[in-house]
Amino acid sequence: MSANDRVSVATAWLDGCSGCHMSFLDMDERLIALADKIDIVYSPLVDAKELPEQVDVGIIEGSVSSEEDLHKAQLLRKHCRLLISLGDCAVNGNVPAMRNQFKLDAVFDRAYRENVSFQPQRPTQGVPALLERVRPVHGVVAVDVFVPGCPPSADAIWYVLSELIEGRIPDPSQVTKFGA
Amino acid sequence: MPLPAPQPQVRVVTLKIDGQDVSAREDETIIEVARENRVPIPSLCYLEGLSVWGACRLCVVEIAGTDRLLAACSTRVTEGMQVITNSERLQRYRRTIVELLFAERNHVCSVCVSNGHCELQTLAQRCGVDHVKVPYRHARYEVDSSHDLFRLDHNRCVLCTRCVRVCDEIEGAHTWDVMGRGTDCRVITDLARPWGDSGSCTSCGKCVQVCPTGALVRHGTSVGEMTKDLKFLPYLSRRRHGQ
Amino acid sequence: MNLDELNEMAEGVRAADTGIAHEVRVCMAASCQSSGAGPVLDGLREAAPSTGCRVKGVGCMGLCSAGPLVAVAPMDGGEPVLYRDVKAEDAQAIACSIGTAPVERLRLPNDLPFFSRQQKIVLENSGVIDPNSFKGYIAVGGYSAMVQALTEMTPAEVLAEVTTSGLRGRGGGGYPTGLKWSTVAKMPAEQKFVICNADEGDPGAFMDRAILESDPHRVIEGMAIAAYAVGATRGYVYVRAEYPLAVERLKTAIRKAKRSGFLGAHICDTQFSFEVEVRLGAGAFVCGEETALMASIEGLRGQPRPRPPYPAEAGLWGHPTLINNVETFANIAPILLRGGEWFAGIGTERSKGTKVFALAGTIRNTGLIEVPMGTRLRDIIEVIGGGIPDGRAFKAVQTGGPSGGCLPAAHLDIPVDYDSLRELGTIMGSGGMIVMDETSSMVDVARYFMEFCMTESCGKCIPCRAGTQQMHDILKTIAKGRGTRADLALLEELCEVVQATSLCGLGQTAPNPVLSTLRHFRVEYEDKLAATSA
Repeated sequence: MSANDRVSVATAWLDGCSGCHMSFLDMDERLIALADKIDIVYSPLVDAKELPEQVDVGIIEGSVSSEEDLHKAQLLRKHCRLLISLGDCAVNGNVPAMRNQFKLDAVFDRAYRENVSFQPQRPTQGVPALLERVRPVHGVVAVDVFVPGCPPSADAIWYVLSELIEGRIPDPSQVTKFGA
Repeated sequence: MPLPAPQPQVRVVTLKIDGQDVSAREDETIIEVARENRVPIPSLCYLEGLSVWGACRLCVVEIAGTDRLLAACSTRVTEGMQVITNSERLQRYRRTIVELLFAERNHVCSVCVSNGHCELQTLAQRCGVDHVKVPYRHARYEVDSSHDLFRLDHNRCVLCTRCVRVCDEIEGAHTWDVMGRGTDCRVITDLARPWGDSGSCTSCGKCVQVCPTGALVRHGTSVGEMTKDLKFLPYLSRRRHGQ
Repeated sequence: MNLDELNEMAEGVRAADTGIAHEVRVCMAASCQSSGAGPVLDGLREAAPSTGCRVKGVGCMGLCSAGPLVAVAPMDGGEPVLYRDVKAEDAQAIACSIGTAPVERLRLPNDLPFFSRQQKIVLENSGVIDPNSFKGYIAVGGYSAMVQALTEMTPAEVLAEVTTSGLRGRGGGGYPTGLKWSTVAKMPAEQKFVICNADEGDPGAFMDRAILESDPHRVIEGMAIAAYAVGATRGYVYVRAEYPLAVERLKTAIRKAKRSGFLGAHICDTQFSFEVEVRLGAGAFVCGEETALMASIEGLRGQPRPRPPYPAEAGLWGHPTLINNVETFANIAPILLRGGEWFAGIGTERSKGTKVFALAGTIRNTGLIEVPMGTRLRDIIEVIGGGIPDGRAFKAVQTGGPSGGCLPAAHLDIPVDYDSLRELGTIMGSGGMIVMDETSSMVDVARYFMEFCMTESCGKCIPCRAGTQQMHDILKTIAKGRGTRADLALLEELCEVVQATSLCGLGQTAPNPVLSTLRHFRVEYEDKLAATSA
């Protein structure tokens, strides 16, 4: 726990639709109660751009599809005591991993050549390189808690965070499942 | 699997399932007796009304006096038998088996028409499979949409052969069968012709109803819309056997 | 026909041979044929003296690595002269040497440990008789065990003799044969079946093929005795189609036995009738599993079903069925002739009789051997097998095929029997022995056998279908030097699950090559793990 007894939380958005972060926001008025107990120190939801050295809980949405995703997953693993895979993309690859049935080149061709009429070209500048295969987060770093669902409901996220705040390790299979 | 035909005179035996004393006819299997007594044993290929297949191995149980695990669907009860259905070891094995299924083909629950009504999905939740440790294979599988009413998506197939059995044993058409070996196995219609070209299919849809996942579905269903109705099966099979 | 009449018949066959002083035997089993035994036989037939000498094709003489093999045997029972690596152009020299000094440049010493350390029961006729000759089998006392059983013994007495012998199933499981037979015998049923499992599929194993190619009547006789003992009237031999020579000789043997009244209705004018049919396997390893084999005979997809019910209770088409391996049946005739007590006197306390092994791999004398149960592994490999060639060191021996495991040099002094092998994490299996030298990687060996199981899995049950695939992928990763500790842990976990939950023996034993190499050669796995892995 942080010095002020509040749980510090970092979240990251890898290859996903941000629906899991939206579901987080769907906790609505419970967010106010939560704000008394946790500090969001790094997240697409807040302005902080630097991940603190030591964070209590890291939450990752999305699968690992690019160099940047891999870097972020490793960064959160390094600085967070406990790491949560939030949502199906993070837990099992989900829709982003459907491209694994094809070679990366074929995916690029379909996206940037076959379906483009004006100056088809493969983007190389200012975008992270895609990995050959999309992997769930636990395919690249150790994960402590898995919260499947597409997205996991606000209730499921509330349950998981409440348990963690109470110092217990949650069992999300009570409240969510693949695809839920 | 053809179990010996029920004997005209059967005895009633008593046994223990998870410490609970239960009575049963000696021609019943462990899974039948367990379900009668509300002891849940997970299963996938077993379906009341169809012949026993014994392939999913999810219903394996421990029986006192033998080291081997036995499938509850294919093992008959005996007097004094002591069955454990849910030890820590069995739970661990079942989780791994479910994980192997998820990793084998492409079960993308979130975009599946059977999302929310899928036996595999429910099984994963019940067995506590919140992620899959074994690497996903991401092999490519075909989708056969040639039939007027139904669709076959090999990505979601778990090879339980319920479709094969219901078509052969209840409908009597034997349109379905299995071809190939190992992970190359797949269900086929007629001699691996497109389903829509099948001369033997009666379009009765029984296969679709018994399919535990989104492998066999009705056309025109979107994510989560495909629900299945299994009630016809015990009714038809009882009628078949004149009960 | 009674025993006396049969003996008279045999005497008649032998009497026709008077005047023949020497017999030239050319091995015509698959291995020697593939190294050119056919032209050798033709050459010898042409070159041999027309009187006092007979040239004939025989079955396997054992030392396949030195084939084509030829033996010149004096008919007065003297020591035969053995020749190795014979070519067609050597025929003249051998023919001229008959009755005079042997051709020394081709000669195999008679006191070679490969031959002198063996004890032949199953293979006693192999390499001696012509497998295509019914009379040849009769001349060496063939079918006398069957006639004795049919005319002088009750089925119960036959069962008692087999039980006394302590014979255990030679197909791999080692189930007591007497117990299996009496279980089928006690089943009340109108129709029962006897099946001979000749779907030998282990890589490197060729015992059953050699027996069928060398002495097919012996197997048929064993089946007929079994049928009499358990009350069956029909039998099937399930042979893999990859053994065309064995199939041909077996079919010939069945046809000739039937024509002579030793198979079919009212065998030898008794009340006992027994028909045998050959069924060919289409190349699926899983069809060696008894329930899958029976499904295949029934014309269904070759997939196993859960046991119980065991075949003894509900087998072929639901009828009680006795199913034994080729070598098991080949042991039956001598057991009846010489008595169960005699057989039980050979071997160890819990493993009786002899065992045929196929020696393969990096070993000097590859081929087929038969030794008493309990022979030290070291004697088999170093003495009979002649050790490792090219001055390299022994590393491991693989027994039991894809269901078995590897034993390191530290265990070379164990007696080979069912129980000692099991204790060390491998199995006797059907008798394949693959010897590996120091250049072999044990991870590669495990990967090879897992690939075999993966491609041969029928796909019915999930743990075997998907589990072998996953284990193979992990082994491939480790073999390439990219595996991690987590991969190794997952591999071990999958081994446990697949072993405990698979439907049939194929899946249940598929992890054995991995488990046994992990047990005896764990350091090889760890050395291959990626340097970065924690």
